[in-house]
Formats: sequence, structure tokens, C-alpha cells
Amino acid sequence: MNTTKKVLFYFPKSETEKPIVYQLVKDYNLMVNIFRAKVTPDEEGYLLLDITGDSSDIDRAYQWIRSLGVQIREDVKGMRWDENRCTSCGACITQCPTAALHIPNRRTMRVLFDADKCIECMNCITLCPFGACSSQF
Amino acid sequence: MKSYEEINRKIESKKAVVLTAEEVIEYVEKKGLEEAAKEVDVVTTATFGAMCSSGCFLNFGHSAPRIRITEAWLDDVLLYSGIAAVDAYLGATQLRHNDPANMDYPGTFKFGGGHVIEKLVAGKPVQLFALSYGTDDYPRRELRTYITIHDLNQAIMVNPRNCYQNYNVAVNAGERPIYTYLGLLKPELKNASYSSAGQLSPLLNDPYYETIGIGTAVWLAGARGHVYAEGTQFSSLCERGANDVPMEGAGTLALTADMKKMNPKWVRGVSLVGYGVSLALGVGIPIPILNPQILKRTTVKDSEIYAPVVDYSQDYPNRTGKILGRVSYAELKSGEIIVQGKRVPTSSMSSYAYALEIAEILKDEIRRGEFLLSPPLERLPLGKSMKPLPIRGRSQ
Repeated sequence: MNTTKKVLFYFPKSETEKPIVYQLVKDYNLMVNIFRAKVTPDEEGYLLLDITGDSSDIDRAYQWIRSLGVQIREDVKGMRWDENRCTSCGACITQCPTAALHIPNRRTMRVLFDADKCIECMNCITLCPFGACSSQF
Repeated sequence: MKSYEEINRKIESKKAVVLTAEEVIEYVEKKGLEEAAKEVDVVTTATFGAMCSSGCFLNFGHSAPRIRITEAWLDDVLLYSGIAAVDAYLGATQLRHNDPANMDYPGTFKFGGGHVIEKLVAGKPVQLFALSYGTDDYPRRELRTYITIHDLNQAIMVNPRNCYQNYNVAVNAGERPIYTYLGLLKPELKNASYSSAGQLSPLLNDPYYETIGIGTAVWLAGARGHVYAEGTQFSSLCERGANDVPMEGAGTLALTADMKKMNPKWVRGVSLVGYGVSLALGVGIPIPILNPQILKRTTVKDSEIYAPVVDYSQDYPNRTGKILGRVSYAELKSGEIIVQGKRVPTSSMSSYAYALEIAEILKDEIRRGEFLLSPPLERLPLGKSMKPLPIRGRSQ
């Protein structure tokens, strides 16, 4: 049975020469959807992605990735929405491509953030006038 | 029918009947205008949004030896110092020294005057750096120190233009994204941005300035303040609907209040990508229900208030005066409007949610007898229009 996990691979220092994504697809039969990545030779880096596949394949892939010295973090919420900084102006609403930032009640007009829908495009980080959105890495 | 004195006496005895400009709509529908006018004493209106023409006068106190400041910066944001020795004016849209602005387009404008004002109100320390040429009685030529708002003798917010009666809905009919004070506008009418609290907004509930005038007591970011003049660009001669409500910018208010008494939640620095910095403010204004006509005005609802849709890629910058149509605030708040037959998603620069919260806070303050009304000393001008600036040579 296929499952999807949102996961962060953190590279303490250059393990980046190995084609990790390629091998996840080829050797572990995983579907990969990358949200964000910063992979620079000789520096620490990260890869934030969705992986979909058989849970035993995911477990095997995790073992292999850990063996490379890469840390795996699940339930990573890279995007942070600070409820107290947000004034519910709504300027983000037409800039958020997945409606992760949304107004559920059009009478009270409060803005809410649904982290599960966020694809980390980071539009809101640059465009929020009040600095309510930020990235944790 | 009722006087300010009667209403204030009811407020003092904690018996005043107060509703928000949202609640009053349904209340009057249910009770009928005449009956409701007898019962309701005050309707609270409010708005929260970026108000660029805002700032504050500060007095730093005198150092030893004294300085007659000629230039000064708070957290590297330039103040206006062309007044007395240790007085200065800090404006909301002043950029931080060395901000690359739009040289690195679009600029991010992370920090400026509005943010310094927010820090001051929050009681946080800011760095004061000041220069002078030195005089016999004010010998010091430079100083650097850290201050909080509590150290200052005065911190008085003085805003030449707040509370625009109505406002444009901005769209972009051009071919590239544009960065405006109403946010990022995507090309070919892919989004629209507006800025008004609509049915809650102060001057939309008093379209002919029958109760809001010079001297009217207002709630400015939690402090009791006043309308001290008509706002700049005040333009009461404008297009109005059958209900007398302006269908474009129109009236504005100049507001002042003691910044030391403000709550930082309602005083917020604003960064507008590609445009600049500003200050978002919360304002609440009580409307005394002196007669049924005044009450009728406050029952105006979003579906009856119209705003012009303006193309900010061409028509706004070139001041052509052309509009692409009019839409109601009910349509704007629904999340989608129709412009030139096209469905356009909407978002707002002002916060209806915060405006609602402020209208409730002011309602509670009046009910508890803590906020008394003050009758205007003078009415705002009715026959006033806005003049453009002609560009001419010396002899023309």
C-alpha cells in the first residue's frame, strides 16, 4: 500500500555528490515531489520533499539515507505563520497557490493557515506586509 | 431628538445602548428606524489598515551639555528636525538609511518609520543618533544613546491623513507583475486588491460628516484621540450613490492621540514589496445617534457601498481618471469580482477582522462608561474638491 510522507533530508556537510533523488526513484521505487532544496557543495544543505511509495520501500530508503550520514526529519513545517503577527488583512489570499492561507468565514474575515496544504512556494514570506510568514530554514 | 449631553449622561451611568456598525444593520431591520433611533445611543465604527500619512512628534528631553539637533535618526531612520532643539517628527514612510529601495527591484523594505513607531509603542529600546553644528548655548555636536517611549517627554501621534472614506480597487491590466501600495498585482487582471472596512468604516457610516468633525473624540490604537482637521486630500465633492455614500476616495481625517497610551497590537509597521514602508493603524469612531436620519446612515451595508476598479499599470500612474467599473464591498469580500467580464480573485490590504475587533472594543469601553463622546467644534467642509498639480515652467 502506498503512503506519502513529507520529509526533510538534512545534510550536515557535503554528502551531496550522491544522486540521492535518482536512487530513491530507481532503487526504492519512490515517487518524489521536491518542495524546496538547498544543496551546495561543501556546505550543509537540505531537501524538503514528498515521497510516495510502499512503506517497506520507504523504510529501506530511510536506512540507506541514514547510512550516508544524512538526517531525516518528518513532520517538518518549514513555513511558519505567526498568528500574532497576522492582522488578517488578507493580502496573501490571492498569492497563495494552494489556499493554505485562507478565509474560512467570509463574515468575520479571519485568515487561517493550513500547514498540510502548504507547498512552501514562499510567496507569502516576501509579500506579507506584516512579516507574519517566515521560513524555519 | 437626542443631544450629546444626554448620550454622555447615559454613558456615564453605564446605561448607554451601543451597537457596532455591523450589528445595527440587522437591529434596525428588526425594530424599525424610529423605534431603534429611540433605543440606540451610539454606533461604533472602525477600520484597520495602512495609513501612510501618519507619524509622531517626539520630544527627547535635554542632554548635558545641550544639543540643538539638526539631523537625527531612530534606528537609522531619519527624523525631521527642522523644529525646536530636541523635538522631531518621525514619519511612517521614511526608509532606513542605506535601504537600497528599488535599486534591487523589487525592494523588500523590511524596516522604516512605521516599524520604529511600532517598536516605540511596544516599549522597545531604539537607538537615537543626532548631529548638530553646535552653538554657544547648545554646544554638543553629536550624540548616540538608547531610548524607550517612557524616556520621552512627549510622543504624540499626528497623522495628516487617515480613514479614507472609500478607496480604489486596484488591478493590473498590463503584461507584467506590478508592485503597488495595494500589494503585488498580477498581470492581465489575475487579482484585485482593495482597502476599506466597508460597512464598518467610519466615514462610510457618516457620509456627509454630520457627527464626525473637527474635535470629535476617536479611539486611535487604544488611546483616546481627536480629529484635529480635515485630512489632506479631503474631497467631499465626489461621486456619490443614491444613499449619499461616496463611490470613490472622498473624505479623510487628520487624527492625533498620545502614543504613550496606545496598544502595540494596533500600531504595526508595514513592508510593501517594491513600494516602501508604511504604518497600519486601528481607528474606532463612535457615532452618536442624535436622530433617525443619522441612524439610517449607519445601517449602510457592504452591498450598498461601491468602489471604483482602477488599472494600476496605466490609468493610476498616469492619472487618466479612467475606471474599469464599480464593485460593491459585498462582492469584494466574497473573494471574487467580475471585471470586464472576467472573474478576478480579490484580497484586501485592510483588515475587516481587526476592524470588527476594534468596533467591539470601543463598544465595550462606551458601555462601561469609559469613553465619552465629544461634539465636533466644526463641521468638515462640504464643497471641497481635490486639486491636481500642474507641471509648469517659471513663466507659464
